[in-house]
Amino acid sequence: MFTKILIANRGEIACRVIKTARKLGILTVAVYSDADANSLHVNMADEAIYLGPSPSRESYLLEDNVIAAAIKTGAQAIHPGYGFLSENANFCRKCQQANITFIGPPVTAIEAMGSKSAAKTIMEAAKVPLVPGYHGDDQSEAVIKKAADDMGYPVLLKATAGGGGKGMRQVWSEAEFSEGLAAAKREAKSSFGDDTMLVEKYLTQPRHVEIQVFCDNYDNAVYLFERDCSVQRRHQKVIEEAPAFGMSDALRKAMGESAIKSAKAIGYQGAGTVEFLLDSDGSFYFMEMNTRLQVEHPVTELITGQDLVEWQLRVAANEKLPKTQEQLTINGHAFEARIYAEDTNNDFLPATGKLSFLQPPQESNYVRVDTGVRQGDEVSVFYDPMIAKLIVWDENRDKALQRLTKALAEYRISGVTTNIDFLYNLATCPPFINEDIDTSFIEKHHDQIFHCNAQILADELPMAALYIVLSDAKKASDAAKNTTDPHSPWNTTNAWRLNEAYIHHITLSHLDKEYPVIVEQKRQGSDSYYLITVEQRTYDCQGRINGNTLLFSNNGHRRSATIAQDNLKISLYHQGGVFNFIHVQPDCGDNSNQEAQNGLVAPMNGTVVSVLINAGDTVTTGQPLMIMEAMKMEHTIKAPTNGTVEVLFYAKGEMVDGGSELLSFTADNSTTESEKE
Amino acid sequence: MAKITSKINTRSPEFIENAEYMQSQVDDLKSKLAQIKLGGGERSRDRHLSRGKLLPRDRVNALLDAGSPFLELSQLAAYDVYKDDVPAAGIITGIGRVSGQECIIVANDATVKGGTYYPLTVKKHLRAQAIAQENNLPCIYLVDSGGANLPNQDDVFPDKEHFGRIFFNQANMSAKGIPQIAVVMGSCTAGGAYVPAMADESIIVKEQGTIFLAGPPLVKAATGEVVSAEDLGGADVHCRTSGVADHYAQNDHHALEIARTAISNINRVKPVTMNIKAVEEPIYNSQEIYGIVPKDSRQPFDIREIIARVVDGSDFDEFKALYGTTLVCGFARIFGYPVGIVANNGILFGESAQKGAHFIELCAQRKIPLVFLQNITGFMVGQQYEAGGIAKHGAKMVTAVATAQVPKFTILIGGSFGAGNYGMCGRSYDPRFLFMWPNARISVMGGEQAAGVLAQVKRDQKEKLGEQWTSEEEQAFKQPIIDTYEHQGHPYYASARLWDDGVIDPAETRQVLGLAISASLNKSIEDTKFGIFRM
Repeated sequence: MFTKILIANRGEIACRVIKTARKLGILTVAVYSDADANSLHVNMADEAIYLGPSPSRESYLLEDNVIAAAIKTGAQAIHPGYGFLSENANFCRKCQQANITFIGPPVTAIEAMGSKSAAKTIMEAAKVPLVPGYHGDDQSEAVIKKAADDMGYPVLLKATAGGGGKGMRQVWSEAEFSEGLAAAKREAKSSFGDDTMLVEKYLTQPRHVEIQVFCDNYDNAVYLFERDCSVQRRHQKVIEEAPAFGMSDALRKAMGESAIKSAKAIGYQGAGTVEFLLDSDGSFYFMEMNTRLQVEHPVTELITGQDLVEWQLRVAANEKLPKTQEQLTINGHAFEARIYAEDTNNDFLPATGKLSFLQPPQESNYVRVDTGVRQGDEVSVFYDPMIAKLIVWDENRDKALQRLTKALAEYRISGVTTNIDFLYNLATCPPFINEDIDTSFIEKHHDQIFHCNAQILADELPMAALYIVLSDAKKASDAAKNTTDPHSPWNTTNAWRLNEAYIHHITLSHLDKEYPVIVEQKRQGSDSYYLITVEQRTYDCQGRINGNTLLFSNNGHRRSATIAQDNLKISLYHQGGVFNFIHVQPDCGDNSNQEAQNGLVAPMNGTVVSVLINAGDTVTTGQPLMIMEAMKMEHTIKAPTNGTVEVLFYAKGEMVDGGSELLSFTADNSTTESEKE
Repeated sequence: MAKITSKINTRSPEFIENAEYMQSQVDDLKSKLAQIKLGGGERSRDRHLSRGKLLPRDRVNALLDAGSPFLELSQLAAYDVYKDDVPAAGIITGIGRVSGQECIIVANDATVKGGTYYPLTVKKHLRAQAIAQENNLPCIYLVDSGGANLPNQDDVFPDKEHFGRIFFNQANMSAKGIPQIAVVMGSCTAGGAYVPAMADESIIVKEQGTIFLAGPPLVKAATGEVVSAEDLGGADVHCRTSGVADHYAQNDHHALEIARTAISNINRVKPVTMNIKAVEEPIYNSQEIYGIVPKDSRQPFDIREIIARVVDGSDFDEFKALYGTTLVCGFARIFGYPVGIVANNGILFGESAQKGAHFIELCAQRKIPLVFLQNITGFMVGQQYEAGGIAKHGAKMVTAVATAQVPKFTILIGGSFGAGNYGMCGRSYDPRFLFMWPNARISVMGGEQAAGVLAQVKRDQKEKLGEQWTSEEEQAFKQPIIDTYEHQGHPYYASARLWDDGVIDPAETRQVLGLAISASLNKSIEDTKFGIFRM
């Protein structure tokens, strides 16, 4: 076994690898960029080597610097994590040349799977089932389009060098083809420097089921069962689970053996994942093989009781696989939810900022949190905005799902917009509970997940209002304790009035609609009850705050909810999902200058990739003006209304901070209604 | 401490009848106040709102800390006094928490006669200031007033306790370190201009607030200069040029937020140095007071039944329980604050007056606030009692009440007649607060007695002239007198003229007293130096 390894990665996966290395008594070397100088993985490692400036091109992706760091520190092996250099054959080769073990498959396997079209050719030869498609070298639009037309729409365009959803486009009709191809190529070019595309038949109700395989250097291969990663948005996984629901033993075996066949076809060693599309009729098709440890590997760990990083290290150290196929069994059910800094209500736009408050749920035998950040850390524009992975386990799917929703409700993050609420809504929505899942799950159940339908909010509005009243009372009584007059009736917050009802006026907004709520506080003996009136209906309510739980009764119906308050934002979690309210404060007029409102501002930190208009141009509502890119995602800045672009403040290629004014804009006339994108 | 054991049967027909009667009086009070609370007529309210201004009660609510109680004062001021309807005398006053401090709030109601000052408006404003001064409470003036009500100028302007006294008080309170904050949310004309000008800090709302000694019409008449109100005395003029106002507010809410900030910067700690305990609710329901007070005010009832429904845990340590039993004295707590209770339980005799004087001395010595529960027809009369020195015994009690420097609180729970009013800390004896129950009556003597006295005089005259006076004629003579006394002794009549600080629901007595006592503790309790007690 190695005595020292270098981890050529950052964030949660670097921390994850360090944990296992430490368990095995292996010293660790971290690498870091400017942005990560004080990050968790650097602090956890025994040594750390500086690589370069924050952009990954100038640090984590510098192959030679990483190898030099390993040589300098005497690390015998490099663990690449996922992303960055993990599937880079060139880097793997350089490791070999430097006599450093690359903890991963051989160069040839990476190369074989690195090109999706080449991979398919190999798999075809190995008799692994494939989705119909065109993987040819002739990249002319006419040829690709003909292939698409022949197999019939919808089709899926993919960058052959791609992964993680970048450079991938669904095309639903012939008419959309040209535009889709151009966009996919543009993204592929910027992400991978290679815009070679393939096209495949797009299955409309497939599940994404992948098999974890492991091969050692002695021709042994096992599969550690499957993971269902069907819940995706823009082809990025959101919630993964293992085992996949509804699998028969026969199907599991067939897929597992097929996966091993795939791995053997390319002489695989180490940890790999073979991704399949599983159709509703039980047929499955090879999609691709990921020649690295997957982000979602913990769900497999929790149901098999194995440490996959340990397996990786052992195999890389030329040991045999720790277990045979017969020794591997499935125990219980696990979910992983990826906690991201992103604005799910704004097209999943990545978010950045400082994690001013960070309180993950309590870890236990049932709850595991893999993270690379601490409170006070920055989610920067430079890297993937994943904050943590929340992994839960229990005896069966229902119980594990309960664990997941509870843990999500307890996850507290302030300072950065996150997808936690979205995950909670997803995990609590009936089709998810009822296993009505395929890869278009989020699009299909969008309204249910985003609570887009007009909500009645008959319970939630009174709950949120009562929470405000009760928490005000608690705050006041806590504050009173440290005064010279701790028992004064003036410390109460019951809005007492002489010879009048005691009324609290609270305005809550939900999905941008404001609701005035009247809370009349009544007393019955020493107990308080509340008549809460909203939308012309009055509810007879009682309530109590216990920690972060609101115990609530509405006309005798008792229930509880977990509440998170972040300044004026109140999030209420219960079985029906999460409901976010803003406690609207009185309008104190606008004391700031209004100039920025006449322009268009950058929605996030990023780079201007394209400027589509010139200063002085007249534009129409919705016309694209600029395209920004951040986290390799494109975002189009559109004209909010008809008008004229006055001045452009940024040119193509420039970096922009979120909130900066991109251009100044004058609306045509005030009668045009502005619709904000 | 000793718990009072109630002997009330809440299922007895008397109790139920009494409770229904009190309920009807409370309901009447609340329905009158609900009307008064609306302020000016619908048209003037709509006009006020259409200008982007908040109604005065909404201003008060927005100024207060979230959920703060508001102890409103003189709600019935000017009720049924003028030929004009002037709800609440066109001004809202009271005590509420602002940035954690108990403050006096004085808010003009521009929807009532343009917020102009009637004589009782002045009186109400001055009363609020007096409460501020006596209890060391910061003052926040929400100004929106056209100044003195011109048709009533003779009762508003010239005298000592008239308009000018407002500014005199501001200056003297400021001198004592009692913060004076003015928020100009509408007109502030002529004398009114001195409210913000005399304030420690002033805030003005743009395009709403104006401050000037003479408005545009008067300026035009005097000098011929034509100028708009905004250019003459708007927020921009006063914040940027004249310096009359300190803070520029975008709107009402913004102005109130600035006022809250101003209070947050006054650097004060409430000087509570007494032995306070955690609060205990009375073991008997306060609502039961309704059934205890007899429908017929001449019927006696045990005052301890009331005390049991007001004080913490219904605990009451009685002083001299066996002596002078028509006056009940003892120690208790209200919202954890120690209080001395002096309560009538019948007519005052020499012994009870001496006991009262002794007990007041005790409380003054120990700096324990005094609560008077007043239900008194007077001191005992007759040869035996005059000879026993009832006048000097009464004088001892009056001396003690008058000079005791502890905060005093008076609740008129029944009759308040004659010299009993003095001994039991009537308005003239400067209780920090004085409230009435809706069943209470106040006059120099009862209507029956007054009519009886006057009838006796008349009968004597008739008899001297040898004339006959039938009992029907006598009754016809007496009835208008009885009616007048009933009318003028009624709490609405009293409260309209600010003989008290408000009429309260008896069930809320404990709450009102708690708030009042706590507010009074903003002022340190001074040592008492008593006058000469006639022995």
